[in-house]
Amino acid sequence: MGRLPLDTDALLRDPATRIIVCCGSGGVGKTTTAAALGLRAADMGRRVCVLTIDPARRLAQAMGLNELDNTPRPVVGVQGDGALSAMMLDMKRTFDEVVESHSDPERAQAILDNPFYQALSSSFAGTQEYMAMEKLGQLRAEADRSETWDLIVVDTPPSRSALDFLDAPDRLGTFLDGRFIKILTAPARGAGRGLGKLLGAGLGLFSGVLTKILGAQLLGDLAAFVGAVDTMFGGFRERAEATYALLQDPGTSFVVVAAPERDALREASFFVDRLETDGMPLAGLVLNRVQEVRAPELTAEEASTAAHRLSGQDPRVAALLQLHADRLRNAERQGRLARRFTAAHPEVPVTEIYALAEDVHDLAGLRRVGDLLASP
Amino acid sequence: MLHVVSGKGGTGKTTVAAALALALARDGRDVMLMEVEGRQGLAQLFDTPPLPYEERRLASAPGGGELWGLAVDPEEALLEYLELFYNLRRAGGVLRRMGAVEFVTTIAPGLRDVLLTGKAVELVRRRDKKHARPYDTIVLDAPPTGRITRFLNVNTEIAGVAKVGPIRNQADGVMAILRSDKTAVHLTTLLEEMPVQETADGVAELEDAALPVGGIVVNMTRPPLLESPGELTSITGAELERSLDQVGIAPTPGIVSALLAESGDHVARIALEKTERARIAELGRPVYDLPFLAGGIDLAALYELADMLHEQGMA
Repeated sequence: MGRLPLDTDALLRDPATRIIVCCGSGGVGKTTTAAALGLRAADMGRRVCVLTIDPARRLAQAMGLNELDNTPRPVVGVQGDGALSAMMLDMKRTFDEVVESHSDPERAQAILDNPFYQALSSSFAGTQEYMAMEKLGQLRAEADRSETWDLIVVDTPPSRSALDFLDAPDRLGTFLDGRFIKILTAPARGAGRGLGKLLGAGLGLFSGVLTKILGAQLLGDLAAFVGAVDTMFGGFRERAEATYALLQDPGTSFVVVAAPERDALREASFFVDRLETDGMPLAGLVLNRVQEVRAPELTAEEASTAAHRLSGQDPRVAALLQLHADRLRNAERQGRLARRFTAAHPEVPVTEIYALAEDVHDLAGLRRVGDLLASP
Repeated sequence: MLHVVSGKGGTGKTTVAAALALALARDGRDVMLMEVEGRQGLAQLFDTPPLPYEERRLASAPGGGELWGLAVDPEEALLEYLELFYNLRRAGGVLRRMGAVEFVTTIAPGLRDVLLTGKAVELVRRRDKKHARPYDTIVLDAPPTGRITRFLNVNTEIAGVAKVGPIRNQADGVMAILRSDKTAVHLTTLLEEMPVQETADGVAELEDAALPVGGIVVNMTRPPLLESPGELTSITGAELERSLDQVGIAPTPGIVSALLAESGDHVARIALEKTERARIAELGRPVYDLPFLAGGIDLAALYELADMLHEQGMA
């Protein structure tokens, strides 16, 4: 049973590829993969912007990201005519900018000062997904306007589930369309009219519940927040929908990153199914940290047996043979898991990156990863 | 006692949480293992059908102890919260129709975290009719290191938003338990640069937030093949050829160079691991080791890992 190879270079070279989204569960190397894809594309002559969410410090430094200022910064060291910029997402700042761009200064200040907004925008987990989507939309709009970039590579937030990234805009929409928000908004809109009065007797219970649970003061802050952002919600919603549509665009390609481990591949499998359901274009699977196999003609069994025989007289060579056997067995186990994935998703092209002895923290390291990505 | 187990993605925190829970259940104790990320990690690990939001027996421990499991569903936790604190379960239907449940459990994940930490603390505080604890210990398979401080500290954010009222009281009560010596936050890591860096950052963040850091579990360790792995580098090609010949393996150039390259990788990895181990030691926390198990993780493997944690004094 053969699997399709992922032609990374064809994907990167194709001018029709405008956005690449790297997704997968936590700890599989999404950020490194995104950075390596971006650098390789830039070395091929494309003008690339890499949006990273949470890079390891040394990788960030290698790319010249010493400050968190929410703007793409040029990365020095690209070969040829291409260009590479990179940025790290600052979710609070992105949220603030959305508020500022959607309302007059006075109203914006009222929102920024609201305690509920402050908690929502800086402390509560999950806002990151919305803001990553928002930033992607902004970068794309800027790319279209000024032609600064012709390719954007995005690394998705380290969420509970890779699907959170896709679900964020829809959830926002559901929320904004829901009656809950309308009720919260009501007191701010209908000056002087009580919540219960406005909404009918059946909702008296509801407002009572809310007041009881949240406390009148929190409810007040929340209502004031919702009231203040009321006018910009139309914009918010449209943007979320536009970004979602952008993800379904043929110019977008998803690259699912997974380690050859059970949990990571299961998550990758969910994600592949989901992309298909939502009509989102999947380029392929990057299998990261795969055990490299050398000299498979010396089998694990042969090596183990020989190691055993040599253990008394030559412990060093015995150790070497045991090491070889362990590596082959590990590779075999990983191969089984990978084959299971391909059996379930035979249409998904795959490329592998060998486990490197050291973490990547410079452009040379990223190029090495890029070479592995491009060799099927 | 509440043991919170976190770790960078891919370090095996669910496995470690389960092994720790099994180890704590020795000698007739009842231990509750709780997962909060909606991944059904416990069902997969213990090879059971997906767990409902219900306290279920997962396994027995040596000495008559019992391991229980609970996969917390935020929506159910919200309704339970309403019932528990306000006797308002009936309102659940109304709230759900309004989209309020959706709001709390998905739009504002911070509120979701309030419910999840609240549930963990409820299990810690719970007493039955005879005022006895139904569970001796709670183990929480928590969100990853990058989010753990925010997750555990979410109730102080609430305190910033809700100045008074029942939410504030609940939030203060939960924080009091999480900051007390009844709680220990353990971090799982691998002997690799990024997970160790994240562990160091995590310890610093937890300390800043006055949350009690427990131990560091170094997972998937592979013992060096020799006492001093550096010896491997002294093997010459000629020597290797002779030894292979002796045991009937044809020493082709391919095999010889492959074995030497593998030995180089191994020595480099051991050196890297030594550096990372030193960084872990600098954190000044108890360190526990669990080996890489080539056969993968099943129930038998969990018992094996639980024994190792017990022997090392973690439980």
